[in-house]
Amino acid sequence: MESTEPEPSGSRPEEEEDEEEEEEEEEEEEDDGALLPPKQRLAAMEDCLAKKMEITVSEAEKRTGRNAMNIQETYTAYLIETRAVESQSEGQCAPVESLWRRYSEFELLRNYLSVTYPHIVVPPLPEKRADFVWHKLSADNMDPDFVERRRIGLENFLLRVASHPVLCQDKIFYAFLMQEGGWKEMVNETGFQLKADSRLKALNATFRVKNPDKRFTELKHYSDELQSVISHLLRVRARVADRLYGVYKVHGNYGRVFSEWSAIEKEMGDGLQSAGHHMDVYAASIDDILEEEEHYADQLKEYLFYAEALRAVCRKHELMQYDLEMAAQDLTSKKQQCEELATGTVRTFSLKGMTSKLFGQETPEQREAKIKVLEEQIQEGEEQLKSKNLEGRDFVKSAWADIERFKEQKNHDLKEALISYAVMQISMCKKGIQVWTNAKECFSKM
Amino acid sequence: TEVNSFSPSVPISPSSMINQYKFEDGPEIRDLFITVDDPESHITAIETFITYRVVTKTTRGEFDSSEYEVRRRYQDFLWLKSKLEEAHPTLIIPPLPEKFIMKGMVERFSDEFIETRRKALHKFLNRIADHPTLTFNEDFKIFLTAQAWELSSHKKQGPGLLSRMGQTVRAVASSVRGAVKNRPEMFTEMNNYMETFSQKINLLDKIAHRIYKEERDYFNEMKEYGPIHTLWSASEEDIADSLKGIASCIERCCRATEKRMAGLSEHLLPILHEYVLYSEILMGVLKRRDQIQGELDSKVDALANKKTEKDLFSEEIGKLEDKVERANNALKADWDRWKQNMQWDMRSTFTNVAENNLRYYEECLATWESFLTSQTVDLHVDEDSEDRP
Repeated sequence: MESTEPEPSGSRPEEEEDEEEEEEEEEEEEDDGALLPPKQRLAAMEDCLAKKMEITVSEAEKRTGRNAMNIQETYTAYLIETRAVESQSEGQCAPVESLWRRYSEFELLRNYLSVTYPHIVVPPLPEKRADFVWHKLSADNMDPDFVERRRIGLENFLLRVASHPVLCQDKIFYAFLMQEGGWKEMVNETGFQLKADSRLKALNATFRVKNPDKRFTELKHYSDELQSVISHLLRVRARVADRLYGVYKVHGNYGRVFSEWSAIEKEMGDGLQSAGHHMDVYAASIDDILEEEEHYADQLKEYLFYAEALRAVCRKHELMQYDLEMAAQDLTSKKQQCEELATGTVRTFSLKGMTSKLFGQETPEQREAKIKVLEEQIQEGEEQLKSKNLEGRDFVKSAWADIERFKEQKNHDLKEALISYAVMQISMCKKGIQVWTNAKECFSKM
Repeated sequence: TEVNSFSPSVPISPSSMINQYKFEDGPEIRDLFITVDDPESHITAIETFITYRVVTKTTRGEFDSSEYEVRRRYQDFLWLKSKLEEAHPTLIIPPLPEKFIMKGMVERFSDEFIETRRKALHKFLNRIADHPTLTFNEDFKIFLTAQAWELSSHKKQGPGLLSRMGQTVRAVASSVRGAVKNRPEMFTEMNNYMETFSQKINLLDKIAHRIYKEERDYFNEMKEYGPIHTLWSASEEDIADSLKGIASCIERCCRATEKRMAGLSEHLLPILHEYVLYSEILMGVLKRRDQIQGELDSKVDALANKKTEKDLFSEEIGKLEDKVERANNALKADWDRWKQNMQWDMRSTFTNVAENNLRYYEECLATWESFLTSQTVDLHVDEDSEDRP
């Protein structure tokens, strides 16, 4: 297997097109770093922050087709549009290129990236199926609101990958954006699937590592906690949304009854009627409010899924470490065996040793042959151990660098999300004040 | 400033005191002030019951004293109501709270139940005190002033209560079919009005209860929602403060929601309920008027068939005609008065609901705005520290 760990950025001359940074970070650039985290991150970003390409997922379309098993199915296809960004002064507008992709192709891309860059916290995809829904939201994948939110999520995913200093340079990723035909074959040709299977097994296997890097152990705990707390939050948020919906909508009943009542009143009629109208407005206002909140929920969900990616990197470290420890253990035991054979002392129990005792000693020639084999194996083993050690250390170094990058991104994004939540609440309160001020005026005229 | 006898509890805000301005056909100057409070449990061998303290302050000459304090139980209120109905069949006697609450989770003698009942009884007596006719009723005076034993003995006197047990007059004689033919237009209009009004007020009552329930459910979920942010902040460093800030905002909004709910249950729900009962009472009053007219009509029909005893009949008919006229006039006047009161009550109650909601949203707004300020202040602080060499 060729090493797929990318070298420090700047060493791939053919990768001219570096993808654009996310829009928010673009703004930060213009702001002269007003909202940016420490300079270190900024430096790392600038290398791929060439603003060479705009990427959007602009449309979603329902399609029917036949799948691999020749069964008719309905699915949604998403239109990916890209455009090279020329500098403003040239005043030219590059042509927009586009192609259609479906969710399963995004999944394939992400799987490829996770397997190929195990030391990177790979951005997650939006959820496959609607989860944490409250009653009004549909859990149906074909529901237009769900499709729309997924479209935004997929665009976000592409922008995240495109702004990652390492991932943005990947050829498969570039082809995903630019090359409609033959892309699947291209991915499969990389042979990542083989790695994928063993990786999946590794992620799920339980094994005990004797000396993991403490930082990774802590990080794994953190990712578990993050996952647990965000799930809980999302679940309760959905219930809160449900209840809030109920409060607003029941007020709509006032509208109807006030209107009917106003028909039999002379002096009170006008006040009742107009108050009723405001109650209708109040009841209707919750729809937009909660729709906006869904975007907030999606922001949290992204980090819920990021926790998975974080855990995967930790597990990869554990796997490598375990592998290393096993190799070291194996080497030690081989050395011991060799020594025993050479000196004729049996210190460790071995089945071979027992059987040879039972069925007679070996001849000196046989013993020599064995020792020779072992010595070769020991030599190989020592080289392997050396390279595994090196790999392990490299992995820890590059993984940790990406984890630091991720942490800053996470803190920045989550803080912004929380602020946007407050902004939404403020907007909701202001709307409420307006409606009830109007209603109060109508009531006081009854 | 006058004490408003219509608010059974201390007014919450100055604005609600200002809103207590009333216009009505009652006594120009209020000279009778009544409060109902201090529920007490009494346990005897046979039963357990609650008594309420009724305090009356008055400047009226007919009263021997200017202040009275008596204890009354629910039965006594029932008695008073039926006496008033008897004496004034076509006047609108205010509603009494029900004997039991059928739906809902309130137990018979729970604190909530007793308090709700106490407020309603307070309202009942004050509405009578403000009624131009009922306020001078003799049984009313006795109710307010007599000691327990005096009241008992008074109750036993006089004509029996007939079949007037029960808090609302549901069992009305059904001989009104004929009366409908000759019913004056005005009362047919009243009937039609009351049918629709009754329907709508019942709906509003249900809606208000639904809103209360939804708000309570929302409150319960919010109570769980806030603390999760605090929990999360424990595993974070950079964003811990923001998370804690959100948790505290949600908690404050929770408290604001509680206040909003309290406002509903203190003002809107009791008023709507009272008018649900009123609509039943009014339907009953209209039926009684029809019944009185029915008596007249049947006598008139009988006269048409008789050749002899015309004189006797005409005298009787004369009396009945008077009765009908008095009944109609009484009802008409009381109806107008009731409508004005209803309009005033609805206006003030719903205005109060709107104010309640405004307070809620204003409080929440202030909470979130101060959180937002704190977050942007932090950002600027970070900026500054970065720029320093």
